[in-house]
Amino acid sequence: MFLSALIILPLVTAIALLLSNGVKCIRMVALVGSVVQLLYTFNLLFAYMEQRVVDGSPMLFEEDHVWYAPLNIHYHVGIDGISVAMILLTAFVTVAGMLVSWSMEKLSKEFFFLLTLLSMGAYGFFISLDLFTLFFFLEVAVIPKFLLIGIWGSGRKEYSAMKLALMLMGGSALVFVGLVGLYFNTQTINGVHTFGMLQIAQQRIPAEVQYIFFPFAFVGFGVFTALFPFHTWVPDGHSSAPTAASMFLAGISMKLGGYGCLRVATLLMPEAAHYYSWIIILLATIAIVYGALATMMQTDLKYINAYSSISHCGFVLLGIGMMTQTAIMGAVLQMVSHGLMTALFFAAIGMLYHRTHTRQVAQLGGLLKVMPFIASAFVIAGLCSLGLPGLSGFVAEVTVFMGSWQNADDWYRLATILACASIVITAVYILRAMGKVIMGPLQVQGASVQQDLIGDAAWNEKIAAGILITGIIAIGIAPFWLTELIGQ
Amino acid sequence: MKQELIITMIIFILLLLKIGTNMSNAAVLNLANGLLLLNLAAGFIGNRSGVLFNEMFITKPLIILEKNILSLGTLIVSLQSSSWLKKHEHVPEFYVLLLCTLLGMFFMISAGNLLMFYIGLELSSIPLAAMANFDLGKRKSSEAAMKFIISSAFASGLLLFGISLVYGATGTLTFSEMAAHITGGSLQIFAFVLLLAGFAFKISVVPFHLWTADVYEGAPVAVTSWLSVISKGSVLFVFVSVLYTVFRPMAGTWYNMLFVLSMLTILIGNLFAIRQNNIKRFLAFSSIAQIGFILVGITGSSQVAAASVIYFVLIYVFSNLAAFGVVALVSSVTGREQVSDYKGFYKTNPVLSWVLTIALFSLAGVPPTAGFFGKFFLLMSGAGKGNYVLITVAALNMIISFYYYLRIVKAIFMDANEQPIERLAIPAYPKLAMFICVAGIIVTGLVGYIYDYIYSLSFGF
Repeated sequence: MFLSALIILPLVTAIALLLSNGVKCIRMVALVGSVVQLLYTFNLLFAYMEQRVVDGSPMLFEEDHVWYAPLNIHYHVGIDGISVAMILLTAFVTVAGMLVSWSMEKLSKEFFFLLTLLSMGAYGFFISLDLFTLFFFLEVAVIPKFLLIGIWGSGRKEYSAMKLALMLMGGSALVFVGLVGLYFNTQTINGVHTFGMLQIAQQRIPAEVQYIFFPFAFVGFGVFTALFPFHTWVPDGHSSAPTAASMFLAGISMKLGGYGCLRVATLLMPEAAHYYSWIIILLATIAIVYGALATMMQTDLKYINAYSSISHCGFVLLGIGMMTQTAIMGAVLQMVSHGLMTALFFAAIGMLYHRTHTRQVAQLGGLLKVMPFIASAFVIAGLCSLGLPGLSGFVAEVTVFMGSWQNADDWYRLATILACASIVITAVYILRAMGKVIMGPLQVQGASVQQDLIGDAAWNEKIAAGILITGIIAIGIAPFWLTELIGQ
Repeated sequence: MKQELIITMIIFILLLLKIGTNMSNAAVLNLANGLLLLNLAAGFIGNRSGVLFNEMFITKPLIILEKNILSLGTLIVSLQSSSWLKKHEHVPEFYVLLLCTLLGMFFMISAGNLLMFYIGLELSSIPLAAMANFDLGKRKSSEAAMKFIISSAFASGLLLFGISLVYGATGTLTFSEMAAHITGGSLQIFAFVLLLAGFAFKISVVPFHLWTADVYEGAPVAVTSWLSVISKGSVLFVFVSVLYTVFRPMAGTWYNMLFVLSMLTILIGNLFAIRQNNIKRFLAFSSIAQIGFILVGITGSSQVAAASVIYFVLIYVFSNLAAFGVVALVSSVTGREQVSDYKGFYKTNPVLSWVLTIALFSLAGVPPTAGFFGKFFLLMSGAGKGNYVLITVAALNMIISFYYYLRIVKAIFMDANEQPIERLAIPAYPKLAMFICVAGIIVTGLVGYIYDYIYSLSFGF
């Protein structure tokens, strides 16, 4: 398998977008590009499954080229099960995002171009095995978000865009210090240090060095995944962003942080991760409980989902902090599950908003009668969010809790119990919002309207939601294929 | 010596043109741009290394490369300023002054002796004062020239004092002999501080930066871009080589000085850049902050550090000139230079907006532009000394700088404006210049070979 194709395909799509004219042509190019990526990703998945049995090495399909020889910087890519899972997630959300923005008329070329660039950054990030390449793609993904929110957003969009960009940039600045610190503390081979993740993992960085640079790397990536107290960009950014950008942000971009926390901070600096695990768990527990409580107070559907994202991403960090195999597996499952679920949620909210022009829970009601498809998608997302068995959220959360409980320490168990308890809060806010919005008398913008004025989902929206729902149910009913994929 | 001779010849051709013929502005511009292109091309062929005039003049592959970078920058500046110069009545004179400064820089870079260095430096700064005054009717322009000449004379005075003390302390003015006599005694440190202050003036390091913003604002845009990129770049080249060869025995001393100066420069440059409303002043302060990042790189004092500084200057040539290219075009057609004038710029001028945006991203250090690689390598070479405090401060300052660059991007793309800048036609020469810059911004970073090449020529310890 040619792994760099995951970067080249979006790049070709982006260039083709620049050359094409007219809304129809542009959105067609964007859709075709993302579908090709999705197909290629499936191909990659099967090739990986096949190859793994034959080949015992931890990373497959490696490509290694020297990029900057004097500094020993390589363009080095390769995948293992975790990366494949994240790549699949990215491809799913990308296709759904393109479909949801089908009717984007304003500056459509730029819009799809930036979305494609964002997905390219994510793909590149998930396949990198060199810390420099990884950091490069991490930052590639920041600017499109700023422009997407600032140009096409709603509400206080400039403020949100700036806040998000600066906080994420701050996160990457910390990551930068962590990575450079790692680099200069690797043993030299022929007088040069290395950014290679595999080499660093083998070399075992001295523990006292890890203690210094682990916080930089972890907090830096943590900003991306809404680590408390650096979560404040999440509500503003998500709620101001246009639908597709919200999906990308919550579905893909926040996962960059989780993946980085796991792959770079925890796996390359295991001693420090053990040393600091209680802080991680403390912060994660606060994020889970605080995020859930804050969601209770929200009246805007997008804010509800944004705050619940903080809570859900807390599970990812909790799983990483617990450091047991099961817990880490749960963290990865939660990343995938939350990516799909939240993308579906934002898509459904976007569709609702497109038809009703309000996102206030109090002003909506009885929508199941007029838009059954959208309302069902909304319900599925909600139920997945509160962890209903049969959907992916349940699988992920249970795995995290089981893994966490394996730690015998009383305080760790207390954190686990608190995190478990937060699910009740989740159920409260999800069911309350859903009951109000889709049940009861029909109501839009606080007034009752004629039934036939509001239509149900169009074909593109149906496919978009369908793809995401397929993913959620596939994981929920048959989690073993994914756990087996990650488990290695 | 070949590159200097070519420049001298071009100067004479243009002088003769001015006296002997009556060519139109457009013809002079075509000719001058053609000659500069030839000069750039000639820089890549038939070069020889060697030492001339009793070590007064040295040339080697690294120096030739540095001169080529400056020649490239000169060509871009010349292409960009064509729309401004077309309406000007003294075109040949402008080029004569411009090339005189370039000649001075070439001598300065090639100098193997402090006196030669000083002569080159003076030759490169006195014509600049005349250039700063080139908008003859504008008061601000002459004010800028006055400020520049006074501050630059002051800096030269400091330098001369330093040079004389160095001579007193070491008994020689030749670089190669001087290194053996540098012991780090108190007289030598005193002399070094004066030299450092002179250098700091020229590249506007805080606290020697006070002239920068006013001069940038008053001078014509072409001169401002020249000052900010080419003039500073040439001094930086010399600065690195002097520090790394002559003052190598005093590395411990100047490391601490640069440590403090770089932190101050980044911080003050950033904080002032946030509040600027004139886009030229804004770029002035952002260039101060950039110099701070370069100083961080210089503290690394390894071969990587030297290579990264030269590499960054190359990237800086592309990025800053791309930004100034747009500003120059807008300013020459509409006369508007405020940041708020750029609100809604994207609606009327999408191409120019993207050029400016890419340039700003490169200045901010956002991938995939070259600025990312440049800054990354600078900070990395700084970290090579194990001083992570410096790196952390610098990395956090990137956030501030990110804010003010994004402010402009926000104005361009997001802010509404009732009177946006009207749709501008881009003449051929500026278009070419912008194309070179944007191509440079993208290619220089992604293609590792360029950095490898610079590295193979650099030196450190």
